[in-house]
Amino acid sequence: MVKLNRKALKHKLEAYKRSPQSLVLYLLVVVATVLTIGILLYLIGYILITGIPHITPDLFAWQYTTANVSLMPALINTVLMTFIALLIAAPVGIFSAIYLVEYAKRGNKFVGVIRLTTETLSGIPSIVYGLFGLLFFVTTLGWGMSLLAGAFTLAIMILPLIMRTAEEALKAVPDAYREGSFGLGAGKLRTVFKIVLPSAVPGIVAGIILGIGRIVGETAALIYTAGTVAEIPRGKDFLFDSTRTLSVHMYALTSEGLYINQAAATAVVLLMIVILINWFSGFMAKKLTKA
Amino acid sequence: MKKYQERIMKGVFFAAASVSVLAVILICLFLLINGLPVMGKIGVFDFLLGRTWRPNNVPPAYGIFPMILGSIYVTVGAVAIGVPLGLLTAVFMARYCSGTWYRFLKPAINLLAGIPSVVYGFFGLVVIVPLIRDVFGGTGSSMLAAAILLGIMILPTITSVSEAVLRAVPQNYYEGGLALGASHERTIFYILLPAAKSGIMAAVVLGIGRAIGETMAVIMVAGNQARMPAGLRKGVRTLTANIVIEMGYAAELHRGALIATAVVLFFFILLINSLLSWLKRRAV
Repeated sequence: MVKLNRKALKHKLEAYKRSPQSLVLYLLVVVATVLTIGILLYLIGYILITGIPHITPDLFAWQYTTANVSLMPALINTVLMTFIALLIAAPVGIFSAIYLVEYAKRGNKFVGVIRLTTETLSGIPSIVYGLFGLLFFVTTLGWGMSLLAGAFTLAIMILPLIMRTAEEALKAVPDAYREGSFGLGAGKLRTVFKIVLPSAVPGIVAGIILGIGRIVGETAALIYTAGTVAEIPRGKDFLFDSTRTLSVHMYALTSEGLYINQAAATAVVLLMIVILINWFSGFMAKKLTKA
Repeated sequence: MKKYQERIMKGVFFAAASVSVLAVILICLFLLINGLPVMGKIGVFDFLLGRTWRPNNVPPAYGIFPMILGSIYVTVGAVAIGVPLGLLTAVFMARYCSGTWYRFLKPAINLLAGIPSVVYGFFGLVVIVPLIRDVFGGTGSSMLAAAILLGIMILPTITSVSEAVLRAVPQNYYEGGLALGASHERTIFYILLPAAKSGIMAAVVLGIGRAIGETMAVIMVAGNQARMPAGLRKGVRTLTANIVIEMGYAAELHRGALIATAVVLFFFILLINSLLSWLKRRAV
């Protein structure tokens, strides 16, 4: 874009001289932005600088002991937890979005109720989810503090996020696609699965990746639902074993106060995962706007 | 056969859509069933306005007023720090920066939103707390530390929502301002911002919701003493912290009191949510 009304620096300065208030406001805006970005860079830089020297092979040992404070079990648990939570939340979220976009009629009362509930769900703090998970999955259903209880709690937590992004992705599919499919004689169901869903995939995936980000970063909802055992669940009943994810692991290290260095190293790993997830989500979103 | 399949799948989609409704009902139900009777047993006023929380005393005292105040103070502090910074950054992103800068700033803000709260907490513990200890004395784990950390944590929320709102203000408002001879800054601050008022308020309310619900980061820097807040430099305990810290060993009435604490927190969130949807309706 060519700027037609570009002003020379000298003219700008003269304008500011005439109106000191504008200059002050301008400076405030610049200072605030510099501060915001400065905080981010400082935070990332600080964690990298304190953490990287403490990343040792010991930290990635298969078995957790108090001597090596390995983060490997927690890392594997995080992957497991994410996988199971997504297995529950992704189909439910995508199917809900399909109902909202493709099936619900305009002015349907139930749609209003769903909107209200998803808005409520997305505002609930994670500790309240954790408490609900403790009362419902852990105690009432008798699963104990377990991988499964944690995964179900997280699934409810990320459900509104997946629903909303999937809904937006489905809405962005042009009606001409649907009409074309109907015109060729396909039924509603076939249209949804063969035409609409595939075109909405990048948007849905971007939402799911955001969900993964939330799961990876979650602590409060997991402490009392999945527990804090630093072991990889194994055996036939592995779904009912207590596990700690990477974030919970890091919290445990920090609050014990003995392993600040290892906590810093864990923070680096967490940060790397989050940066990767963010980058990938942005990549998918960009793909969506191009398509 | 085909028709049959269509019907079944429609039912499946409908069932999936009902899951979120069911979840909200279950959450409300379980919190209220476990929390309300306890509130009744302790006495609603003793519980909400009691100034001492000593669950291990004989007789125990279950007053969560200190925690309610703690949550409110910390949130107010976070808003005082996060809102001006976030709003001004949003102004820069929407109205000042070039495309090149924007391509750097936008992912940076998204990244700030994606950093896990434990990592923020860790940063607060090793950077902000020692800084406050050096400058103001005391232990450093304080209301001020929590407010600063939460202010940073709500920054991305405030920034990205206000940026979107500012961009949604019609371009002719801006042109009109310039045509009347106002400078770029005056146009933004006296015409665009007032026009985007409702949306910006929604951003602030969203930030408040995040701040009041934040748990782990606050626990790591706030000191967590269960007493009436005694100043910026002193420790403070929030509602969320109260639940996490004591749930691990609480039993019977104490456990019930913690669940009732979550009910109070939930009530706050519902209040904030309805305020938010009211603001959103006004913004459209």
